[in-house]
Amino acid sequence: MRADLQLIYDWVPSDAHVLDLGCGDGTLLAALARHKNVTGYGLEIDPDGIAACLGKGVNVLEQNLDDGLGNFVDDACDLVIMTQALQVLRRPDTMLDQMLRVAPECIIAFPNFAYWKHRLHLTFRGRMPVSRSLPHAWYDTPNIHLSTFQDFASLCRDKGVTIVDEAVGSADHEGHWTSRLWPNLFGETAIFRVRRGR
Amino acid sequence: MSASFPADSVGLVTPQTATFESPLALACGKTLERFELVYETYGTLNADRSNAVLICHALSGHHHAAGYHTVDERKPGWWDAYVGPGKVIDTDRFFVVSLNNLGGCHGSTGPASINPQTGHRWGPTFPVMTVADWVHSQARLADQLGIERFAAVVGGSLGGMQALQWTIAYPERVANAAVIAATPRLSAQNIAFNEVARQAIRSDPDFHDGWYADHDAIPKLGLKLARMIGHITYLSEHSMGSRFGRDLRSDQLSFGYDVEFQVESYLRHQGDTFSTRFDANTYLLMTKALDYFDPAGQHDGDLAAALAPATCPFLVVSFTTDWRFAPARSRELVNALLRAGKAVSYVNVDSPHGHDAFLLPNDQYEAVFGSYMRRIHADITGETA
Repeated sequence: MRADLQLIYDWVPSDAHVLDLGCGDGTLLAALARHKNVTGYGLEIDPDGIAACLGKGVNVLEQNLDDGLGNFVDDACDLVIMTQALQVLRRPDTMLDQMLRVAPECIIAFPNFAYWKHRLHLTFRGRMPVSRSLPHAWYDTPNIHLSTFQDFASLCRDKGVTIVDEAVGSADHEGHWTSRLWPNLFGETAIFRVRRGR
Repeated sequence: MSASFPADSVGLVTPQTATFESPLALACGKTLERFELVYETYGTLNADRSNAVLICHALSGHHHAAGYHTVDERKPGWWDAYVGPGKVIDTDRFFVVSLNNLGGCHGSTGPASINPQTGHRWGPTFPVMTVADWVHSQARLADQLGIERFAAVVGGSLGGMQALQWTIAYPERVANAAVIAATPRLSAQNIAFNEVARQAIRSDPDFHDGWYADHDAIPKLGLKLARMIGHITYLSEHSMGSRFGRDLRSDQLSFGYDVEFQVESYLRHQGDTFSTRFDANTYLLMTKALDYFDPAGQHDGDLAAALAPATCPFLVVSFTTDWRFAPARSRELVNALLRAGKAVSYVNVDSPHGHDAFLLPNDQYEAVFGSYMRRIHADITGETA
């Protein structure tokens, strides 16, 4: 499993009812269902991802996140998970509101734009960063709302959302001391666990 | 002999008839004292009888879903693209049951059958059937075949409504339900189209109030018009446009009312063919079953409450250009299932073919539906998919 998914997997309590926004091929939900008795639904728009979910027995709904979560009632589930989707949304801030409407707690993972390699790229090449976590060119990227570890923490403060846990990860040096000390600089992927209210 | 069929065909199939001697109470208040259902099966029922799949047919469908009745049959069954060895509904894995519904005109008890109480054919006095009635009769067939629980009940359009009804009426007998290109109830527009079709049939001078057989007549004109209007709703504007455009049969306008545009020729041909192979009373009855279907109706319009008894995981599939039962109707069903806390997956398949898309080959549709069916089989055998 991808490093960020592994970390999220560990954070999800057993028997939880979850919603996974942008669930991809359903790897996380399938593992949670098998080993932690977790139930729920994944939302996805990629046809290959949807077919893979169905093959794993993961409940998957073809639904565009930009259309909102209006079809889920308040407190529909215990936890909403969203990995690598925040930055492609038209309005990440209102999505955060909706996520905390349908569940008291959310886990959100996104690429940290303040990662040192991105900073170097911009500083020395004078070009928009292209990296492993941000592989697209500026003109064809789906990432329309890139943000940093600190940006998201600040949004949570502004909205009165409690940050329960935070971490940064990357594919190879997950949990390295540098990223724990300076997550905004050394974290390639930012992961937050947030709770409704203060 | 079967060597002449494609390798992924179920090959030669022979319809069977099941006879039921105990009465079936119907939603309309009447009772069928005895009835027959014509059905086909493909594949083999496994030792613990856990691999049966029921296929429910749509408005003008029947039991012949796959394979060929004769070696020189021109076209295979109506869902042959999806039913066969190695296909989505894999007959190497599943025991597939496909029947002709009550009131049909392909062998099951219907308006053309003899009413045992009068000794005369039922004609227009055959009871108006509901989707719930059909599901009860299908459960009787399952009993007779020794199937306690279906691995899956699947259907498109009106067939999808039957699959949905199964999960409400017999939740313990359905392990999975695939509801394809369906709707939890018809819209006013849907009913309006059905009413035009019915009026076309009923106003045909050859209809004789439904007793046309006694007059050695067939209301062909009415059936033709009914099929033409129905057919328009099965296709999308795009698929009609790309297939026919404004093409003319000859190279200039005739300034008359004979067939000029290719689309007119096509519709007339579809109508003509249909009018000789389908029964008018059956068509009326089937459109009524469509109009009446509304599981939420008995729950003050609360579809989630209607779905409360269901226990199985659902697959709901719609098609992007289907305007007869549009994707929004499938999403209504999905959202009600979510409110009811049911396990559900939903896919809106990209297709230019309108409502008919559920019958036609489509890579995305095959991938998602195939994944779902393989998973069902893996659950039966205990394999991890």
